[in-house]
Amino acid sequence: MFHREAGIFKTSYAADMALYPLPIARWAVAVLAAFFVVIVPLTWGDYPLSVANLVLIAIVGALGLNILVGYTGQISIGAGAFMSVGAYTAANLVVHLHAPFWIALPAGGLMAALIGAIVGIPSLRIKGIYLAIATLAAQLIIEWTINHVQWISGGVQASITVPRPSVFGVKLVSERQIYCFLMFFVVLAIVATLNLVRSRIGRAFIAIRDQDIAAEIIGINIFKYKLYAFAISSFFAGVTGALESYYLGIANYEQFQIDVSIDYLAMVIIGGLGSVLGSVFGAIFVTLLPIATRWFLEASGGIFFAQADMLNVIPNLRLVIFGGLIIFFLVVEPEGLNRLWRNIRNYFRVWPFSY
Amino acid sequence: MPEFDLRFTLYLLTNGVMIGLMYALIALGFVLIYKATDAINFAQGEFVMFAGFIAAGAAEYIHAPFWVAALLAIGGMAALGFALERVVLRPLIGRPVIAVVMATIGLAAVLRGGAVLAFGAGTRAISLPIPDDPIPLGPVTLPPVEVVGATVSLLFLAGFTWFFLKSRTGIAMRAVADSQQVAMAMGINVRRYFAFAWAMAGIVSALGGIVWGAMLGVDNQLALVGLKVFPVVILGGLDSIIGAVVGGLIVGIVENLAAGYFDPIVGGGTKDFVPYLLMIIVLMVRPEGIFGRRRIERV
Repeated sequence: MFHREAGIFKTSYAADMALYPLPIARWAVAVLAAFFVVIVPLTWGDYPLSVANLVLIAIVGALGLNILVGYTGQISIGAGAFMSVGAYTAANLVVHLHAPFWIALPAGGLMAALIGAIVGIPSLRIKGIYLAIATLAAQLIIEWTINHVQWISGGVQASITVPRPSVFGVKLVSERQIYCFLMFFVVLAIVATLNLVRSRIGRAFIAIRDQDIAAEIIGINIFKYKLYAFAISSFFAGVTGALESYYLGIANYEQFQIDVSIDYLAMVIIGGLGSVLGSVFGAIFVTLLPIATRWFLEASGGIFFAQADMLNVIPNLRLVIFGGLIIFFLVVEPEGLNRLWRNIRNYFRVWPFSY
Repeated sequence: MPEFDLRFTLYLLTNGVMIGLMYALIALGFVLIYKATDAINFAQGEFVMFAGFIAAGAAEYIHAPFWVAALLAIGGMAALGFALERVVLRPLIGRPVIAVVMATIGLAAVLRGGAVLAFGAGTRAISLPIPDDPIPLGPVTLPPVEVVGATVSLLFLAGFTWFFLKSRTGIAMRAVADSQQVAMAMGINVRRYFAFAWAMAGIVSALGGIVWGAMLGVDNQLALVGLKVFPVVILGGLDSIIGAVVGGLIVGIVENLAAGYFDPIVGGGTKDFVPYLLMIIVLMVRPEGIFGRRRIERV
């Protein structure tokens, strides 16, 4: 039971694509699940749990963006806009129609998927940087539209107050309740992504990423699958946006501006393109970075900066570290944190008898 | 819609032309890099902002006269472009597009944060050594800052057109852009011209930073000018200098007319919206732009 493989003995494709390649993987997942689902909410305080909640929200969004950027190879700088579509759809449903979360969340996702698919239409003709620029335009146009159309956002610079969701009649107020609520969706998103990428659709995505013309020649309908990728990715983004506005209690267009899109792209790249575990790592890393920067500066910043400047220093130092890390990972470890993790794991796989 | 008024329309048009030429200057930096190295620079706005900070900072901290500050900005940005190519872009040669896109986005974050860390957050002014009185031109008057910006822009656009058509370095850079392998085979040091292109983009951005900084004031919001680069270069074609001018003019005129006539109806912000709409249409209809080269793809 507690063993690693000593070689590759798979004799069927099914075995090769199994979710759990080895019994130990099942155990590892069970232990991790027990830790995060049972121990963390029972033992952690409110502040760590609030940070964990932000991470959980980011994981859903990073997984969605990774489907589009990492698996299908379509660059998108518009993740933030799709989140805002989901957030505002859900917020309006909740506020005006008193929709419960199990209607508002999927509705937000579906609306974002629809808009995402529309934004994906140009991907038939354009790709690479042109597509990146088109999604950038989509981000700015959607941002502008939401901000300026009265019945979506309630007016320029306004925000909608979103009440916390209730599950089985219990209103989720504490960080602990929200944590469990979010964890459910994170597990759902992870399992869905893992299964998606080993299905026919997922393999089509990967084929398009690796060589789109070759993929077309072997009979993959590129346009259809690119639209799928945009729609699925935007669905995740929409759900992320809705979850975020549930958690923060408001939907405001400033939550979803272009820097958010860039944050999510950074998660995907720092974590590792085309990897589910990488999305999780990236989401954790990018979410914790500003918190760690602030904590470090408040603890020791007086040595480097005058206390009066601190309010100005923290966000800008965060920007520098953030940009620097993106560049560092691209230059030094293009496969991201996921690769680092695999390197460590592979080292210990045959330890202590590596040759 | 406000009543049609010839003088108002003329004012919007001339203003659009001036602003458009100033956009062209920034877009030029972008086109230079794309033309020579095939890289998309998402940090073009931040280049402009950083140059503005250098010029304004030199005037503030060492009380440099305008010309010295301008030269410092130009020299500093050339050095920065050169260094960035060496440290960031060179290791990414031959990697997928997204790597370069993301690296320049990271660069943008570093420059935006770094400029404020180094120079402070307040808005600074760059004062051009010219009188402030509006310049009359027929029935309309123009702010002198825009006239200077447009003139500088035209001069440099003409200069770079000559440079690429006639000079040895320019021809070599076009060869590199056309096919790196063939250029190498003809004895061109490809890497050197990559570094050249980034340094030249730095110089152009420095000029852009000075004229835009003089107009808008220098703070980290100046980088937002860079977002307008994309409609300009997509309209004109990513690898065409004349395209940058034409695209700049179109974007400048369209956004001014739209802002003049539609802002009162929709409550402002049309300027930030219409150029992208235009860009989406161009991307759908003719992705390579007006003057761009169509690329043929093979497996």
